[in-house]
Amino acid sequence: MTDKKQNLIDEQLQDLNNDGVDRRGFLKCMAWGGTGLVWTMSGGIPVSRAFAKNIGKDAGKAGDFSFVQISDSHMGFNKPANQDVAATLQAAVDKINALPDQPEFLLHTGDISHLSKPEQFDNVDQILKSANAKDIFFVPGEHDVLDDNGKSYLERYGKSAQGSGWYSFDHKGVHFIGLVNVMNLKSGGLGSLGGEQLEWMEKDVKHRKHSTPIVVFAHIPLWSVYPDWGWGTEDSAQALSYLKKFGSVTVLNGHIHQIMQKVEGNVTFHTAMSTAFPQPQPGKADSPGPMKVPAEQLRTLLGITDVNYIRGQHSLAVVDSNLS
Amino acid sequence: MRKKNIWVAGFAAAMVIVILLLAGLPSVMASSDQPSDANAEVKIDNFSFGPQTLTVAVGTTVTWTNRDDIPHTVVSTDGVFKSKVRDTDEKFSYTFTKAGEFPYYCSVHPKMTGKIVVQ
Repeated sequence: MTDKKQNLIDEQLQDLNNDGVDRRGFLKCMAWGGTGLVWTMSGGIPVSRAFAKNIGKDAGKAGDFSFVQISDSHMGFNKPANQDVAATLQAAVDKINALPDQPEFLLHTGDISHLSKPEQFDNVDQILKSANAKDIFFVPGEHDVLDDNGKSYLERYGKSAQGSGWYSFDHKGVHFIGLVNVMNLKSGGLGSLGGEQLEWMEKDVKHRKHSTPIVVFAHIPLWSVYPDWGWGTEDSAQALSYLKKFGSVTVLNGHIHQIMQKVEGNVTFHTAMSTAFPQPQPGKADSPGPMKVPAEQLRTLLGITDVNYIRGQHSLAVVDSNLS
Repeated sequence: MRKKNIWVAGFAAAMVIVILLLAGLPSVMASSDQPSDANAEVKIDNFSFGPQTLTVAVGTTVTWTNRDDIPHTVVSTDGVFKSKVRDTDEKFSYTFTKAGEFPYYCSVHPKMTGKIVVQ
């Protein structure tokens, strides 16, 4: 490994937080990358480019596909942290359209709008129309269900969903489960799935083969990232217990406006960047609000997540890119 | 005659004292140009209510003002009051006509909690 490459890796590692991976651990992960899940940072680590090339070669085999997760577009937000969230959402779409392998669909993990206003939802829909993806699937964030208990969200995005907007679908043998954990939040509490949704989920996965790869997506993290800031879900452990038998489970969340990842047994957890504004790392500020950074740095802290499924490899490859 | 004068003077003095006392009593009607105990404020900033616990008299109108750069709500845990979402600089007011303790929270960010104590 050249010094330059090593320095680049060490530099990127300064930005890692809370996952306990040091340089040695990181190298172990990268070596493991050939057979399992690979994390890469934005831009220039050569190993990630090599991986992307392999994806290109293998893609097109029946059953292989990729999709992109975007999150937290907060259409309508206009404070100093980002006074043009429409422009950064468009930049995210441009990034998606420039991917070497076009995604078959998008997943939006919520906080589509900032204030649940119709024109804000309309604006996002308009911008996403220019994405080269056949379908877009949504789950709501807490900013999407304000004042009307999620009624307008459901009218727009929940037509084939149940309850407050949960649903599942299959794509080329992978089972996707969209969950809603932003409704009926209790004072002092965290995100919440609720009994009705949990019952539905248990039935939904009960008779599926253990070899089916599972992707769960929901707004608030389904693991305890930082409870003091509400970054967790009260009853997620129960939901995850229904997935114990599956060999590969990927959980995709948003809400925290930064990348965090964790592997626990058969489950890989990953949170996405926002396309609107970054938030501070856990405990590094008084509160989890919008974090203002110098203008030239903003787009390095916003981004998309490209997820690749290669048939026969069980684990999904999750690749984050920023908007710079 | 003198006794009657003294008596009248004494009575008048007593009336003056009573009138002065009545004029000095704080008003029980909540109104915006009355002294501050009829109106109280809570500032919302940095994902918290300040002060977190506020004690007021019965009949006080409490006004929450959102000074944060993120929208919040003010929702009583016992269903007594519930604001619409309040963005930066927007306000919500509620007049407390009964004594008691009124815990509340932000339904968007439920870790934000506060309490109004009405005495």
